[in-house]
Amino acid sequence: MKYAILGAGPAGVTAAETLRNVDPEASITLVGGEPEPPYSRMALPYFIYGKIDEGGTHLRQDPLHYNRENIRYLTGRCGGIDAQAKRLYMSGGEALEYDKLLIATGANPIMPPIPGAHLEGVETCWTLDDARNILKLAEKGSPVVLVGAGFIGSIILEALYLRGCDITVVELAPRMVARMMDETAGGMLGRWCEAKGVRVLTRTRVASIKQGAEGGPRLSVGLSSGINIPADLVVMAVGVRSNTGFLVGSGVKVNTGIAVDDYLQTTAPDIYAAGDCCEGVDLSTGKPDMLAIQPVAVEHGRIAALNMAGHKHRHRGSLNMNVLDTIGLISSSFGLWQGAQVGETGKLVDEGGYKYMKLEFEGDKLVGAQCVGMTDHVGMLRGLIQTGFRMGEWKDKLLAAPERLREAYISVAQGAPNAGPMAPHVNTPRAGLGHGGASGH
Amino acid sequence: MLKALVIDAGKCTGCKQCEMACSLENEGEFNVAKSRIRVFDFHTEARFVPYTCTQCAEAWCQQACPVNAITTDSMGVKIVHDNLCVGCKVCTIACPFGTVNYNASTGKVIKCDLCGGKPACSDACPTGAITFQDAEQGGFDKMKVWAAQSANAATHEGPNTPKASQASGSGH
Ligand code: SF4
Ligand code: SF4
Repeated sequence: MKYAILGAGPAGVTAAETLRNVDPEASITLVGGEPEPPYSRMALPYFIYGKIDEGGTHLRQDPLHYNRENIRYLTGRCGGIDAQAKRLYMSGGEALEYDKLLIATGANPIMPPIPGAHLEGVETCWTLDDARNILKLAEKGSPVVLVGAGFIGSIILEALYLRGCDITVVELAPRMVARMMDETAGGMLGRWCEAKGVRVLTRTRVASIKQGAEGGPRLSVGLSSGINIPADLVVMAVGVRSNTGFLVGSGVKVNTGIAVDDYLQTTAPDIYAAGDCCEGVDLSTGKPDMLAIQPVAVEHGRIAALNMAGHKHRHRGSLNMNVLDTIGLISSSFGLWQGAQVGETGKLVDEGGYKYMKLEFEGDKLVGAQCVGMTDHVGMLRGLIQTGFRMGEWKDKLLAAPERLREAYISVAQGAPNAGPMAPHVNTPRAGLGHGGASGH
Repeated sequence: MLKALVIDAGKCTGCKQCEMACSLENEGEFNVAKSRIRVFDFHTEARFVPYTCTQCAEAWCQQACPVNAITTDSMGVKIVHDNLCVGCKVCTIACPFGTVNYNASTGKVIKCDLCGGKPACSDACPTGAITFQDAEQGGFDKMKVWAAQSANAATHEGPNTPKASQASGSGH
């Protein structure tokens, strides 16, 4: 069997390893899109502020890992796929034959059409090479404009802050992390950043970027409010788009991301997709969505690989969840954090103390949560939401006092989440649908 | 022979010796906030439940880590490698038991590693609520047994009232 995997992020690497486990004889080719060993984008901020070196961003630390697993690792871009001939073409022209193909090409950052966005000193923060560029430009005291205060922007914000940059954040939405948390939480994060000396300009757009005045910072960023901000570096973090351009004409259907069925197979025969490039099912809604987070990429990679190898595994949906450290203020959100259509909400708000906890119920099940300034045992929120435990009498207790989460968890969680720790890769929201450990042993 | 912490919450008096011992052993200080085992206090019921990681067979925390900083040792214990951990906290939201936690003073996460095979908490427990025993069972069964015991202890329900839905989703 010849397997090809496009994309060497967590989804691709997990898929390659899973295939090796279940098919020791197979030929496995893993293709990375950048001339680097497989690495984690999530680790880049820590590289930028010097907590780790480049090696620390690698998905697997041992450079011989892929050799030892007999996984052939190539780098280059895919130029197109001939699904009928089961062949893919690299942009250099060489062809690669496959029996089964996994597309795990992730996403690319969006460069907004702002005049001057091409100027030197305007960077995205997406690849290891971007991070190297940012390292050169983000010196202690450098004026930096960060465009976008979503999840990714906010992670970069911390790295720039810890490098000692003088930061202005420009965000179109009325608050920070608008797609991860509500007004209360986003407001707290904004105030926290302001208190740390970061300017946060919400409801603001970048109108243009120009060369700076002679002798001053290299760039001048014109805002919709009319003011201009000098900057040595402008970091663009306005969003990402699934990386699927090479699929045009291949028969693989692409909506916002690649459309997949419950087995992560695309509309083309023997082609599967996993991770940030595809629309897997969101456990909370039962609908396809783009959940571009690390744990989901790993889940997808694992499940897609099992299906490619002929071990049928249905993907029942992944839980959306995020955790963010904004200059020391840690926040997290899970599932339907915006609340259920018809549901009840328990809240604990301490504006001055930067603490917030909000629990969302539907019936007597916990379906979503947000936390700011609390980190201990937050994983319990995932356990309760993902398993769909009935909270019974604990619902009212939690509505009145969300901080009693731990007691509630111990009382309610008489068993492990269904499918259990034995099978973290295959998330079964319901009981009784037991299908073995995804481990293949 | 694999060994595991077996917790009998009914014997726990809430003295928190285990938390103190854990913190001293692993952090070099008496700071229960940094203990890897925690005793949950059911205020209204005067019940106490010691709680920590049960070393899942295929651990959620480990799968979620972007830089492979959590590995499994020969005893099946899931160990966080401080030199590799970047402190991203993804494991803390991924572990559905909430038993890997962020330590702001180091910028890394901490979880129970059974003290390398000699858990300080079970040594310190004066009542036998925490014991370190041979474990033939997998992590899932360990957790079920543990959870059923502690939940029963915590809620005064009779023995063996696990919900019918807790069918094993694993095992073949
Ligand atoms: S920390 Fe959580 S996920 Fe990791 S081994 Fe322990 S119980 Fe399992
Ligand atoms: S906090 Fe550390 S151990 Fe946990 S997922 Fe991140 S890097 Fe891995």
